[in-house]
Amino acid sequence: MDPVLSPVRPIFRALATTIVPEAASLDEDGWADVERIIESALAARPPALRRQLVALILFLELRPVLRYGRRFTALDPDRRSRVLRRVQDSRLLLLRRGFWGLRTLVFMGYYTRPAAAAEIGYRADPRGWEAR
Amino acid sequence: MNERHYDIVIIGSGAGGGTVAHELAAMASAGVRVLVLEQGARIRDDEWLTTDDLRTTGAEAAIADALYEDGGGFLTADGTMTLAFGRAYGGSTVVYTGTSIIAPERVIRRWAVPGLEHGDVEQRSRKYMAQNHVHLQPPELLNENNRLFVLGCERLGWRAEQFPINVKGCRGSSLCNLGCPNLAKQGTNRVQLPAAERAGVEVVTRAEALRIEERAVIVRIAAKRPGERGEPSEWAPGEYRVRAGIVVVAGGAIGSSALLLRSGFGRRLPRLGEGFTCHPAHILVGEHERPITNDVGHPKSFYLDRAAEERYILETCMYFPFTTAKNLTGFGPEHSALMRAFPRLQMILVLACDRAVRGNRITVDRAGRPVVHYRFTREVIDALVRATRASARIFFAAGAVRVHAPSAEPPLIERDEADRIDERIDARHFKPGKISVSAAHLMGGCGMGRGPADSVTDAWGRVHGTPWLRVADSSLFPDAVEINPYLTVMALADRAAEAIRADAPALLGERVAAPA
Repeated sequence: MDPVLSPVRPIFRALATTIVPEAASLDEDGWADVERIIESALAARPPALRRQLVALILFLELRPVLRYGRRFTALDPDRRSRVLRRVQDSRLLLLRRGFWGLRTLVFMGYYTRPAAAAEIGYRADPRGWEAR
Repeated sequence: MNERHYDIVIIGSGAGGGTVAHELAAMASAGVRVLVLEQGARIRDDEWLTTDDLRTTGAEAAIADALYEDGGGFLTADGTMTLAFGRAYGGSTVVYTGTSIIAPERVIRRWAVPGLEHGDVEQRSRKYMAQNHVHLQPPELLNENNRLFVLGCERLGWRAEQFPINVKGCRGSSLCNLGCPNLAKQGTNRVQLPAAERAGVEVVTRAEALRIEERAVIVRIAAKRPGERGEPSEWAPGEYRVRAGIVVVAGGAIGSSALLLRSGFGRRLPRLGEGFTCHPAHILVGEHERPITNDVGHPKSFYLDRAAEERYILETCMYFPFTTAKNLTGFGPEHSALMRAFPRLQMILVLACDRAVRGNRITVDRAGRPVVHYRFTREVIDALVRATRASARIFFAAGAVRVHAPSAEPPLIERDEADRIDERIDARHFKPGKISVSAAHLMGGCGMGRGPADSVTDAWGRVHGTPWLRVADSSLFPDAVEINPYLTVMALADRAAEAIRADAPALLGERVAAPA
């Protein structure tokens, strides 16, 4: 199955670092992990959903052009946040839920990595109390 | 197409199907051919999460994919709520927390199903409490996440109750929702199904019931994919027609309703798929100044039942980093700061007690896949808001310095705003599609009642007008049960099994002797 993110990788990474600012410090291996987790989740989903995700990412790249005269990837972090906040609070359910889906994927890619669990201090262990 | 012949086929192996299988085990011992079909895989004891797994990238997502439909992220039709339901040997009993509560009398009375009395539900529920080793965890095993909930409630004058849970040898991994790594949770995968198999009941996994024909089920057996968890199916991959004298549908509210709908039963059962309820839920977090024990110990030890008065329930909970991140509203630095406070987070799950209303229902699309239509009614939104306000008060009473509330804008409420909770948490901020709402108590679709005009089955799970077809799962609920549902599912499945035993001589003929 063709990867979903590779054709829109720079835009995806700009969106992901706005959603999880710590992602900006990921090295190439870290990004590969994030994207592999997301691709794996998407592989089990209907093709239409994968197409919609790409369409949303492209839409978010172009959306700031009217307001700021620049694409999303060319904006500074504050403006990127403002763009996404407007989408998150949009009157259109379609946009709100599209963004919710995107942020869910970004969180899945970022926070299911053991490095992220260690960063935030999550220590669950199958051995339970004995591991403390 | 391959053909197989059985006397009784049970579709689903969770709280409903597993119970029926166990209750029919004596018949199997006596020579009646009983088959259980389970869509998910049979996970081996050495395949549950290990310490090493948790050091592996994507482990949380990978095991969720193995145990849940759509990895636990099944979306409603308008995309505003995710539904979590299990898909494994043991169904959702593999991934619940084992909280074991008897349905309240007021609920069974309100259901008004002729022939269904609360006393009977209670008696059967107690049978399964004993069978599943249900008990209260000793105080020394309760973590601070749970104890702070009790403390907050006490300081507010509210009485938190302890959940009886069905564990044996719980080590406190806190990983219940990803399947107990220590085999402690007494789901049907540990108790009823193994006993049924020992008695001669056959269980076939990776078996998806495609449709039901006259006294037959069309089944597709999936091959195990490389790297997938679980045993291969007991049967070779391919399609099968399984003929049986009695077919029991126990695939959960969504699975059972969709299966009957795509098999054409909706034409003469207008209520099929209707009456869907799910206890829509939010996750709330309160941040404390110091680390607390939260990601160790059983996650769900206490609850506050305000269902009768205010239509909500609060439960302690603790989720994994991704699930937590997804359920916090927003993104960016504020979201990250809260995630980095993980060791200091207290967590509460708020559940609204929704009601079966017109339009909230299960249908199937052209390909026969389930589609769940759900609209948040005013009553549900108001209940979630009341529950969120109550949770915020509990967090602050327990000493939290800030609270994250989805129905607040901005969602972070600082301690010095604690006297403005009613103002800060308001229904106008409940914006579907922006805030995360999820549900795991999926009910209805094949409700019990008097006849085809008001229901799909009678009080014993017999499908109206089709004596050989039975339902035995949470789809039977005519309305929400207003508490964690698995024990009620087992009680109703126990009744369905009793009716099958009684009707078997008539339905299966000379193979089965009439009961004494």
